[in-house]
Parts: sequence; structure tokens; C-alpha cells
Amino acid sequence: MSELMIEIDVLRYRPEMDEKPFTQMFEVPYTPDMSILEALQYIKDHLDSTISFRWSCRMAICGSCGMMVNGVPKLGCKAFLRDYYPKKVSLEPLTNFPIERDLVVVMDDFIKKLEEVKPYIIPEKEKCLSEGTYLQTPEQAAKFKQFSMCINCGLCYAACPQYALDNKFTGPAALALLARYNRDSRDGGEAQRMKIVNQEEGVWGCTFVGYCSVVCPKDVDPAAAIQLLKVESSKDYLIGMFKPE
Amino acid sequence: MSETTEKTYKRSHEPVFWGLFGAGGMLTAFLTPVMILITGILIPLGIINSQNFSYEKIHGFATTWYGAAVIFILVALPLWHTLHRIFHALHDIGINRGRDWQQVICYGFAFAGSVFVFTLLLQML
Repeated sequence: MSELMIEIDVLRYRPEMDEKPFTQMFEVPYTPDMSILEALQYIKDHLDSTISFRWSCRMAICGSCGMMVNGVPKLGCKAFLRDYYPKKVSLEPLTNFPIERDLVVVMDDFIKKLEEVKPYIIPEKEKCLSEGTYLQTPEQAAKFKQFSMCINCGLCYAACPQYALDNKFTGPAALALLARYNRDSRDGGEAQRMKIVNQEEGVWGCTFVGYCSVVCPKDVDPAAAIQLLKVESSKDYLIGMFKPE
Repeated sequence: MSETTEKTYKRSHEPVFWGLFGAGGMLTAFLTPVMILITGILIPLGIINSQNFSYEKIHGFATTWYGAAVIFILVALPLWHTLHRIFHALHDIGINRGRDWQQVICYGFAFAGSVFVFTLLLQML
């Protein structure tokens, strides 16, 4: 019995040898339970060991294996060949990011944006250890839990047409993370973060296309976080009119 | 995180236009289909008596203060909605030259339209 095979196109780019990216086709034995990431591992082990791609956990926790699968941003470990077979699959590095090598992209701008939104709890006032822990009710925790599920895979940046047009835009994941801290009852840093939100490059760079939330593998719904922040920013604008700093 | 000085942040005036856009969008989404249903389908089919929408009836409505207010809101807010959308669509399709002028023309048109309707209704009262 002959093995079932599936064709996989991979966009290759090795900066030291290639002038520009090119497509290389591989034939991989197909099984219905095989993920895109496993297919890439098969290629690396059996067909071409020079191929580069990021991966770690294989279970949609680490956020390393983001790539374009037939033009759609997906995690390699969470996308399966059975959803494409017998058609061929085309794999490309995440769009809107510079290519470092093959399917590996440079994420520096994204990481910088995550750092810029002050993604840590800024307490209202420093509390001594002896004063005990910060208490939080389930209701207070529910206000931010969804926005804390982000794994920084960058799929939403690849999906965002506004980030594609102008990468000064803070972008979906960073703004969702910002919302996560602003909505936390233990946090007192809202005033500092609202300055980031209120800018053109903050929430106002978003035109609510909503594709970020469609591609998010963890159902964070960054588009919702941004629209909620727009409401907050509008309130802040009104208050700012009467109380100039 | 090597920056030692705090970045300067510039507040956007977008909340004003986003507010008008949002309000206009709500009206457009909820009321435009109803208006099309009434004027485009129910009246031509004779299900609603066209005499209810005669010139005298509509004029009478437009010359009351609440009628004028309703008409003003129905015209002005969707206008702001539309031009805000056009302004952003210009950026989306890559027309980035003269963003300032685009803004003046788009919101200027919405403003002029609103003032025009407002004045028209006011002098009819």
C-alpha cells in the first residue's frame, strides 16, 4: 500500500546565500493527526536539515511557532494537515515582521511594544510584606482574566492591517496586555498607561477590523480590549478637557 | 528598556470624531433600514397610505421643534459617520498625502452639512 503524501510549500530565505526569499516544495507522508509543526519537523529530520523554524511546547502554550498557513496566521502546532489535505499547504513566515531566516521572523518591534505598555502591576502605594497579600474577589479577577491569556505569538500583528500600514501603531497584543493591567484591581498605574492609550499610535490607530480576534489562538479577543480602551480613552479625553494637566 | 527619559505622549483628538462616528453608526444601522422599508417598500406597495407622507404632513413635522431635532440628528450624525469612515478609508487604501487637508475636507464637509441643515430647519420654525 502506497503512503498518502501531501505537498508542502515552504518560503525559504537564508540571508547569507539567498538574494530574496523563494519557495521550496516538500512531499511529506500524510496522516490525519499530523500537525503543521510535525510536518516541518519531518522535513527537518528526513528531507532538508537546513530549514529553520521556531517551536518549543507543541501545545499552543509557548507561542513560538506562529506562521502563515495558506496566508492565514496560525500556530503550527494548532493547525493540522487534515484540514488542508489533499490540497497543498503553503507555509510562510508571519507577515508584517521582517524575516530573519526561513520561517523565523524578527520580533524586536513587537517585544519593544510589549515592554512599552508597562506590563506589570504598579501598586497604588508600596505595601510592606507584613501587611499581607493583595486580596482579589473572583469578580475582580474575571475583569482581566481573558486579556491575561496572551502567549505573545504575534499572530494578531500579522493579522492587523493597521500595523501593516504603519508599525508605529502599538498593536493588538500589547494593547490587550495594557488592558489586562489597567483592569486589575491591584494595579494603580492606569494614569501612566492611559497616556499610551490616548495617542494616535495607541488605541486610535485601530479601525476595528477585528481580524486580530479571529486569528488569536487563545481567544484573548484583543479587538474587544481595544474597543473597551477607546471608551476609557474617550472618558479620559472628557475629563482632560475640564482638568488640564 | 534602556531609555532613561520618559517618552512624551501626544493625546489624540480622535475621541470627538469617534464619538460622532459611533453615534452616527448606531443611527445608520438601526434607522436607515426602517426608513428604506417605509419610503422604498411599504409606501410604494400601498401598505402605508402615502398621504401620511405628503408634503404638508412632513412640513408640519419639520416645523415643530422636536421634528426639527429628529431630522437634524438623522442627517448630521450619519454624515459625521460617513465622512469619518471615508477619512480612515483613504489611509487604508494608501492615500497618505496631505492627511491634514484630508481631515479638514472630510470633517469640514460634515460640519458644513450639519450647519446647513441646522440653519435650514431653524429658519423653517
